Amino acid sequence: MKRILSCVFAIAVLAGSPARAVQPDEIMSDPAKELRARDLSRELRCMVCQNQSIDDSEAPLARDLRLLVRERIAAGDSDAQVLDFLVARYGEFVLLKPRLNPHTWLLWLLPPLALAGGGLALWSHGRRRSRSSSVAEAAATLTPDEEARLTALMSGDVSPEKPA
Amino acid sequence: MIAEAGHYALVLGLGLALIQSTVPLLGARWRDVALMNVARSTAIAQLIFVAASFAALVTLHVSSDFSVVNVFENSHSMKPLIYKITGVWGNHEGSMLLWVSILALFGGLVAIFGNNLPLSLRAHVLAVQAWVASAFYLFILITSNPFLRIANPPIEGRDLNPVLQDIGLAVHPPMLYLGYVGFSISFSFAIAALIEGRIDAAWARWVRPWTLMAWIFLTLGIAMGSYWAYYELGWGGWWFWDPVENASLMPWLAGTALLHSLVVMEKRNALKVWTILLSILTFSLSLLGTFLVRSGVLTSVHAFATDPTRGVFILLILCVFIGGSLSLYAWRASALKQGGLFAPISREGALVLNNLFLTSACATVFVGTLYPLALEVITGDKISVGAPFFNLTFGPLFLPLMIAVPFGPLLAWKRGDLLGAAQRLTGAGVAALVAVAVLWAWTRGGSAFAPLAIGLAVFVIAGALSDLAERIGLFRVPLGTAVWRARGMPRSSWGTVFAHAGLGVALIGIVCETTWNSEYIGSMKISDVASIAGYELRLDDVKQRQGPNYREMIAQFSARLDGRLLDTMTPSKRTFTTRGATTTEAALLTHGASQLYISLGDTAGDGAIAVRIYHKPFVLLIWFGPVLMAFGGMLSLSDRRLRVGAPKPAKSLRGLQAAE
Repeated sequence: MKRILSCVFAIAVLAGSPARAVQPDEIMSDPAKELRARDLSRELRCMVCQNQSIDDSEAPLARDLRLLVRERIAAGDSDAQVLDFLVARYGEFVLLKPRLNPHTWLLWLLPPLALAGGGLALWSHGRRRSRSSSVAEAAATLTPDEEARLTALMSGDVSPEKPA
Repeated sequence: MIAEAGHYALVLGLGLALIQSTVPLLGARWRDVALMNVARSTAIAQLIFVAASFAALVTLHVSSDFSVVNVFENSHSMKPLIYKITGVWGNHEGSMLLWVSILALFGGLVAIFGNNLPLSLRAHVLAVQAWVASAFYLFILITSNPFLRIANPPIEGRDLNPVLQDIGLAVHPPMLYLGYVGFSISFSFAIAALIEGRIDAAWARWVRPWTLMAWIFLTLGIAMGSYWAYYELGWGGWWFWDPVENASLMPWLAGTALLHSLVVMEKRNALKVWTILLSILTFSLSLLGTFLVRSGVLTSVHAFATDPTRGVFILLILCVFIGGSLSLYAWRASALKQGGLFAPISREGALVLNNLFLTSACATVFVGTLYPLALEVITGDKISVGAPFFNLTFGPLFLPLMIAVPFGPLLAWKRGDLLGAAQRLTGAGVAALVAVAVLWAWTRGGSAFAPLAIGLAVFVIAGALSDLAERIGLFRVPLGTAVWRARGMPRSSWGTVFAHAGLGVALIGIVCETTWNSEYIGSMKISDVASIAGYELRLDDVKQRQGPNYREMIAQFSARLDGRLLDTMTPSKRTFTTRGATTTEAALLTHGASQLYISLGDTAGDGAIAVRIYHKPFVLLIWFGPVLMAFGGMLSLSDRRLRVGAPKPAKSLRGLQAAE
């Protein structure tokens, strides 16, 4: 979507490479292996593009990587082995889902921590409020004078306001 | 001449904004009505001058005045008129001018329609608006002036990026900016409340329509952008978790939370401090989005470092406004009195839960978007955070929220009855279970996720309808009475029904598209037939055509379902001569809510064309959902209560204003 605007920057990469994502000639003959290749492709980044997986990208590098993935699968590698192979070659940058390691602890732990921390804060806040509320409620009860006025109002001594 | 006039109008706009950002504040301090009223006139004048400046740039683009750098770099004399106009904001300088124009528009609207606001509040709000405006006028004038001239004007322009030559550019950025920038109003109200140290339910009632308006535009803007990417980029994806998209999703999540907390504040005078914080955060995220998109920091941290003028300037604006507002919040928030007690199980409690999940989801998108940047700056390590990460973290936060959605409107304020709400949702629960069972049987033990997620969506939709049935007493009272009650139901309640149902509808579309999407990739020659999901597509013909500023290869397919001809589809590939770039124009065939999608690839030496065909079941629901949500928002906005405005407090200053 707004990525279209970012194409302003990426156009240098796109121009002159009219190839589109997965090409007919890349497809493996074994459908099960092809499916694995596609699934892996979605997890791998085309490194010269902006945040595109090699499955989506039309850059020549993405094509090379797609062929490489299929080569490894054809050679009998497991999914994990293919990923390891690519990480060894290109670094962690190639993975769209970073691995959990000390560098990415914050990244992976922040979402659950935000939820848990927020929940905890709400819980403690609620407890504090409810403890102080009994005091506040006592202060908020009506005085006998106010009670009398309220009863007078409710019994209709005062003419009701005209509806708007 | 026009360029200079436009430039000058912008400078005058800056001058007016500087006056507006100081004088009304002094007026409020000295309780001087005349000085406070300056805000109103300057805001309107600012709107006029910025609009003139914007009109000047549009004129330059339409008349193809290539002596102006911005026109030369982004336009072409042969470009169709509509793209000459939309090309104005299809580039950095022009889009920033659109940004400030919309900011001035909102300022002007507050000035014009803010007659029922207390005078000092209006003065403060408009002053804060002017601070933001001044910063961005300076940014444009110093780093991104769209009116610069070229010494030796060329005869022809460089044309607009072909991907942007689409109707999507006419709608998407203006909508998105109306949303982004619209949140500046709630920000200004929040800052004004902090400065004044006074905030009450009436405040929430004033802020809510503005927030709602911004939210509607942002919702439509995001949905529109998603659909645009879907048909233009040629591989049928509709959401990529791209940082640029995330930049618009974050304010949406925070803004949605804000809308809900404003309801609590308006009705129950509770959550004041939190609402203020959320108002600040929502607009801060909008500013952050502007920074991410406009500074070039996303392309690469290094590109940002080599030409940092623009990026550093926006970063400075970001730090001043976010840092400043949060400091003010830390300093003044304790002065705001807490009010409105409620039990955990209550409407308020449900809305707090909504806020908890939405802000956590927002934090997830935030960390996923900025973590790679931060890590690279700090350690130099490069990592990627893409769709697989977000699917894994965002989903688990959003799905529980959806379970809670139908319960919220059924709980009473202050102290709700969860069991009672659950009983009233029995029908919705049964509908959901039936949906799960039917889908489970139909997919015959495929992935368990899709039936469960669709069951959840059905629960949300049926829950919204149960809420409606409950309110009008359907099946409990005679039908006539129920219809009569439905007509009398506040529009904001209708809004809730539609918006919540829209959420469920979108989820159905998302799940169906991702689970049952089928794909055909192959080389086709004329009279070849491709079969996909029961459809047969025959390549009938391939033609060449000359467009106004491009050449085009058009393939003609006839689509058949069970041997019956549905329609012809004509995907094409355009080559733009000036930039030497190509775009794919996908062909779409809508059948119910599902679509067939064809996009063309390369032509091989033997004349065979690489073709990608998709069948996307119920894909249109993905965008119909947000449209329903926005429609709900509009219904709520048209609610009499909000339209008429808040009750007017009998302040002494009010007496000095002219009667309405």
